[in-house]
Amino acid sequence: MSSTSFSNLTRGIVRENPVFVMMLGMCPTLGVTTSLENALGMGTATAFTLILSNSVISLVKNLIPSMVRIPCYIVLIATIVSIIDMLMAARLPALHETLGIYIPLIVVNCIILGRAEAFASKNNLFQSVLDALGMGIGFTLALALLGSVREIIGAGSLLGYNFIGEEGTPVLLFIMPPGAFLALAGLIMLFNRLRGANK
Amino acid sequence: MKPLKSSLSNMILALLAVAVLSAAALGYVYQITKEPIARAKDKKTLDAVREVVGNFDNNPFAERTEITTPDGKYKLEVYPARENGLLTSFAVKTFSDNGFGGRIELIVGMWMDGTIIGYKVIEQKETPGLGTKITEKKFAGQFTGLNAYDDISLKKDGGTIDAITGATISSRAVIDAVKKVLSTYRKFNTGATGHE
Amino acid sequence: MSITMIFITAIFVNNIVLSQFLGICPFLGVSKKISTALGMGLAVMFVMTISSIATYLIYYRLLVPYHLEFMNTVVFILVIAALVQMVEIILKKTSPALYQALGIYLPLITTNCTVLGVAILAVQKGFSLSLSVCFGLANAAGFTLAIILMAGLRERIAQNADALPASVRGAPIVLITAALLSMAFMGFSGIGN
Repeated sequence: MSSTSFSNLTRGIVRENPVFVMMLGMCPTLGVTTSLENALGMGTATAFTLILSNSVISLVKNLIPSMVRIPCYIVLIATIVSIIDMLMAARLPALHETLGIYIPLIVVNCIILGRAEAFASKNNLFQSVLDALGMGIGFTLALALLGSVREIIGAGSLLGYNFIGEEGTPVLLFIMPPGAFLALAGLIMLFNRLRGANK
Repeated sequence: MKPLKSSLSNMILALLAVAVLSAAALGYVYQITKEPIARAKDKKTLDAVREVVGNFDNNPFAERTEITTPDGKYKLEVYPARENGLLTSFAVKTFSDNGFGGRIELIVGMWMDGTIIGYKVIEQKETPGLGTKITEKKFAGQFTGLNAYDDISLKKDGGTIDAITGATISSRAVIDAVKKVLSTYRKFNTGATGHE
Repeated sequence: MSITMIFITAIFVNNIVLSQFLGICPFLGVSKKISTALGMGLAVMFVMTISSIATYLIYYRLLVPYHLEFMNTVVFILVIAALVQMVEIILKKTSPALYQALGIYLPLITTNCTVLGVAILAVQKGFSLSLSVCFGLANAAGFTLAIILMAGLRERIAQNADALPASVRGAPIVLITAALLSMAFMGFSGIGN
């Protein structure tokens, strides 16, 4: 793999991580990370959308006049999201119900349109897929990390496996709305600290 | 290849093409997923019914009927469970709008004599870790064996049911939902095996 | 559901930002100053009220009769994007004063997921036209309240920024403030029972 390809793939995972560094796509990041399972579901759905939208847009980029570029991209992205929405309702009804309104709202997740505009509209199919893959993995990892922290502290379990027993009392606050802000604040603080220590 | 120029005809063509493509793709996926989505929705109710009724060899979901509560305000769905053609028990889909997070929906199973077999929550938006305990056996188990003619209420309201600590509102909402079923049962139960 | 209850629920009990997590991007991004927060809030209220009417009419007069309900996400986002553009053009022509005040916030609204979210929720809840409009307005008011409170707190924090430990500066302190605000709003939960 050439060095550009490699850097296109890894950019989204650490250096330009959509959540921790770019602060994009915050609504699902905070809204669905009450458990690791939900976080992984949302991350995967978003990554899928991103890979499909980046591929389609990099393929049709030369057929779309630049002045109507954005409306066309939005329609393409909304179509992809609706398709994923329907497929999930058919195949994974339980997950579809928990993620609820956040699935159609992938449309307005700034990561998707952001990557379409900043990357896929200027690069070939292969590089665009790599970019989407990296960003998708970075987003999923960030969500999974936040979901794990919140589920462990807030519910005393991980992936539904309870390890504090019937009588244990978890810090419920962490799976309630304020806990989402607190957990993310803590993680970003830790990241800043680590990056500061590296300098 | 150079990008197409932003001339009016090009722009209209591009927008039209994208719209048509999008509609075609969505229409196709809608057609192939319509059936499975409807089935997945039914399955949830059917799974809950299965857990709260006695033995059956019919399809309670296919034989469902609607009955009206005594106050005439609501319609509840009833799922009869039959074995060898004989009605053994039934399940009722009921709800309460008094939950902490809004509506909760339950499937309540009963024997023909009005004894509660149990309930299963199919829809709730209660506080995680507090109100969501209405789905757990520790609370739900208290209803098993109670009868339609018993007075069902929380201990602090003078009854027999232990409320969930920190979630009295959710506990009361479950009782509210169950009571809708019981009062309807009493209205229809005129004979010994009554409900038909 | 009565209209008063819709307002109380949407503004305090189920605040769209602090407990439903919609519109977090502008909530964190445009809340540095009270004046900008107010501008953003008013622009959202304006667009959300109009878009509630538009999406309701399109859904029930166009999509439902032709059995195209599955297209709602695509159609709604297009309607909202077009509406924002139209509002911008009309304001520019008819009311330069209002345009001056709200203009720069309008383009940002397309990517504000509250507008699309509220349109989809109103349809899911099966609201009538008047309830949909109230629901849109009430949620926009909830958004405005949250973003203004947040901006007020952030202005105070900015005055004492030197007192903050280095690793808390920037995003973390904003998120911690949001957490405290969200905790305060939890006090409203259960109202209406």
